[in-house]
Amino acid sequence: MGVSRRDFLKLSGGTALIASLGVNLDSAKAYARELRIKNAKQTTTICPYCSVGCGIIVYAENGKIINTEGDPDHPISEGTLCSKGASVMQLANNDKRLGKPLYRAPGETAWKQVEWEWALDRIAHLVKDTRDKSFKTVSTSKVMEKQADGTELLVEKEFVVNRTDKIAHVGSAALDNEECYLLQKLVRSWGLVYVEHQARI
Amino acid sequence: MTNHWIDLKNSDVILAMGGNPASNHPISMKWIMRAREKGAKLICVDPRFSQTAAKADLYAPLRSGTDIAFLGGMIRYILENDLYFKDYLVNYSNAAFLVNPDFKGPADLDGLFSGYNPDTKKYDKASWAFQKDENGIALKDVSLQDPNCVFQLLKKQYARYTPEKVVNITGTPMDKLMEVYKLYSSTGKPNRVGTECYAMGWTQHTIGTQNIRAMTIIQMLLGNMGMPGGGINALRGESNVQGSTDYGILFHILPGYNPVPNAALVDLATYNEKNTPTTKEPGSVNWWSNRPKYVASYLKAVYGTAATKENDFGYSWMPKLDVGMNASWLMIFDKMYKGEFDGFFAWGQNPACSGANSNKTREAMTKLKWLVNVNLFDNETASFWRGPGMNPKDIQTEVFMLPCCSSMEKEGSITNSGRWGQWRYKAIEPQGGSLPDAEIINELFFKVKELYQKEGGAFPDPIVNLSWEYGERDASGKIKHIDTHAIAKEINGYYLEDVYDTKVDPPELIGKKGDLVPSFAFLQADGSTSSGNWLYCNSYVLKDGKPVNMMARRGKEDPTGLGLYSGWSWAWPVNRRIIYNRASVDLQGKPWDPNRALIAWNPTKPAPKGKTGGWDGDVPDGGAPPMASSGKLPFIMKADGIASVFGPGLAEGPFPEHYEALECPVEKNSMSGQRINPTIKIFGDKMDAFASCDMRFPFVGTTYRVSEHWQTGCMTRHCSWLLEMQPQNFVEMSTELAKELKLENGETVVVSSARGKVKAVALVSERFKPFKIADSTVHQVGLPWHFGWQFPEDGSGYDSANLLTPNVGDANTMIPESKAFMVNVQKA
Repeated sequence: MGVSRRDFLKLSGGTALIASLGVNLDSAKAYARELRIKNAKQTTTICPYCSVGCGIIVYAENGKIINTEGDPDHPISEGTLCSKGASVMQLANNDKRLGKPLYRAPGETAWKQVEWEWALDRIAHLVKDTRDKSFKTVSTSKVMEKQADGTELLVEKEFVVNRTDKIAHVGSAALDNEECYLLQKLVRSWGLVYVEHQARI
Repeated sequence: MTNHWIDLKNSDVILAMGGNPASNHPISMKWIMRAREKGAKLICVDPRFSQTAAKADLYAPLRSGTDIAFLGGMIRYILENDLYFKDYLVNYSNAAFLVNPDFKGPADLDGLFSGYNPDTKKYDKASWAFQKDENGIALKDVSLQDPNCVFQLLKKQYARYTPEKVVNITGTPMDKLMEVYKLYSSTGKPNRVGTECYAMGWTQHTIGTQNIRAMTIIQMLLGNMGMPGGGINALRGESNVQGSTDYGILFHILPGYNPVPNAALVDLATYNEKNTPTTKEPGSVNWWSNRPKYVASYLKAVYGTAATKENDFGYSWMPKLDVGMNASWLMIFDKMYKGEFDGFFAWGQNPACSGANSNKTREAMTKLKWLVNVNLFDNETASFWRGPGMNPKDIQTEVFMLPCCSSMEKEGSITNSGRWGQWRYKAIEPQGGSLPDAEIINELFFKVKELYQKEGGAFPDPIVNLSWEYGERDASGKIKHIDTHAIAKEINGYYLEDVYDTKVDPPELIGKKGDLVPSFAFLQADGSTSSGNWLYCNSYVLKDGKPVNMMARRGKEDPTGLGLYSGWSWAWPVNRRIIYNRASVDLQGKPWDPNRALIAWNPTKPAPKGKTGGWDGDVPDGGAPPMASSGKLPFIMKADGIASVFGPGLAEGPFPEHYEALECPVEKNSMSGQRINPTIKIFGDKMDAFASCDMRFPFVGTTYRVSEHWQTGCMTRHCSWLLEMQPQNFVEMSTELAKELKLENGETVVVSSARGKVKAVALVSERFKPFKIADSTVHQVGLPWHFGWQFPEDGSGYDSANLLTPNVGDANTMIPESKAFMVNVQKA
């Protein structure tokens, strides 16, 4: 296994060796960088944008992300990132993040902020009301059926379907696998069959 | 991807066609350039001289929507010049199979295959079947001479795709076309390998599936499947669109690609009988014969202890489709437009900008009673009621915008295009009042369940019986916070009882109740195992009695030197890094190319029970010995064990045939009398308008992406660094077209189609060139689809390019034709 830049920093006891090696300006920059992230908690993540799956190290301090950079140990990206991956910090540190759920009542002209508990309660009631009113126990399908004379004929028959056709779901290719699994489990338990996501478009 | 990103470095020729990795998967270019450093060649075929083209050794332009003509010509070139890899083709594909003598193709029937019914727009596929002997095994002619064998039918089909005819359709300069054919066909030798990288440039067409089929035929002819540096590689556009597909967030599949049940499959036994392929082919593994084990294990994961043998493991609780029902994206928005839905979840998606024909999508949402959008930021979907042309007072939809957190604020895995499931850790708590999606799902689950428990209601069984064992419960029985690892383990699956191998006497204990199942080979059909997704069984396993999250591994060993990195994260299936890798060896189990030894049979390798013989290298596609010694055929997911050069499963024919896009600039298809794909569904409302060969919309339009934005921009437009680099919508066009339209670079223009219009900045460049199609000149323009009216808030980004695209889909997948349509460009 080769020595990555981070291993190199560990091996060299932080910045001392780097400082003794190189050009003045670079060593000063490296030193300053070390200081800024010195007390930060490091976690690894994978870029949330395209599907290459590049590795990113996230540096957090006091509950805030203070730096992100390419993970040099990652075998695909080897520390490199594109413009999107390099800016991933702005997803977390962003004043356009919403603060609270937003709600817009029928006919209203503006959003209003609401509490999570209220919004989720209201959605749960809407799901139940819609499902209860529209639940289809049986539905008609056309199927080939063997006749007495041995021939097959296309006939209409009723079958059990146990579904609702009044609620649809689309998304989500940006969720974690575990969340995708949970999401399909949830919406199918409600009886949804109109279930689609980004892979279809 | 059949292969994976790093594997691109092992290629001799990389064809980027239908995708633009340099812009859209920038870091993948590292591996393409690594291959080039070793002498590989990069070919780029694209309507536009893209960033990938700028790095290519060879660039050939083609008009959007003519890929089958281009690739069909390549098939002809390979066959005419005997450049195919015969040993590979005969043994590993159905080239030698004999087809029903009644079969007729487009060469006989002016663009159609035998069995077409113009009333239903469907084929009766009886004449596409293989001839079989009395034991039900397909008849073959390994000399490939029989006029009914697939190889001869292939020759006949593509004899018509002469270079002259191809360039008349594609507009590609003849010299460039021939250079591409020659260079790519050079990989038909055992020691040369070519790979293909595609994305939406191939899927977003009414003939999308057949674009890809055409390339698989080429890859089989040249012996490039299963090889390191080979394969067909779909470059997925979203970080986890591979995973979300694997997990079945689609109307037609459950997790692990098991079909969603339809109503006529009245019980689990019928479902299994109809959906489990059988074969008489002696060398075929027919892996899908295991389907009943995967479905039973899924139902056990979903319904837990409530799923019993007596109640068919809860099969009747699953919602069923009507027979033949299509509940795909375009159908959803068509039904919504007709007012047939009351409620709608857009979860982590922005359909107001992302689907084709956005005006219809946006209008459709006004008919809803309620809409829930879950996203990091507000977007055009959540705010549809205050969008352009909307009067909020008239819109009676109740709308919720639920803020979810970013990927750095929670924990879990995502699966990249190369099928690597990689773990992400939580760096910080959810920001901005947001919740992780899993917590929102958890809340909704318990709230709805509680209502059913309290009030009763329609068929509560699937809700109240859903298994939900994901962490500590509060006094009311609710899971307080979701433990992601508990989900990951449920997905992998457990032994629910002690499981014995009853084939040996006395029966041998295989797995102990409560243990994680080590791989899907151990899953059972009798309810004694669970697995939320059999494909991910092996992703969370016991090592020395302790659970190990395989997706979190960071091993860097690379013993083959091929960059498999088998100790880094985990790849489905069972950590196999290259799918169909048994096609990379000859019948004796020796690699076709010893310098690219992905797997190799090692007769002295110790095997269980004191035996010897096993495979070295990547996890093989099945452990059977080589073909020559009673081994198995390599394409284990195909019922007959071989790859389909002749593919009778698709809607529009067993061979790809060139048809024009629904909206195209030519009156007639030069290949036949059949202008468009005869099996596509066309919607009929005024909102579904299209205009072909219409003077109002004289230019071919296409859409694409730029490095700085992602999809509709709903996670990049709010990032100031990215927005600064790409602030607004543009339309790229040739200098020739700009001159014709008297437009200057940087001028604001309006681009229009039969469905809508959008403002854009004219980007006049050398990257587009007019196409010579037959005797006329065809101009093409392109727009990115990253923008929307909602942000930037001053409207300076303009709006979505999908206001222009047509809501007509591929005949098999219903993916919309967003890559080829007709537009006009005028000064604003």
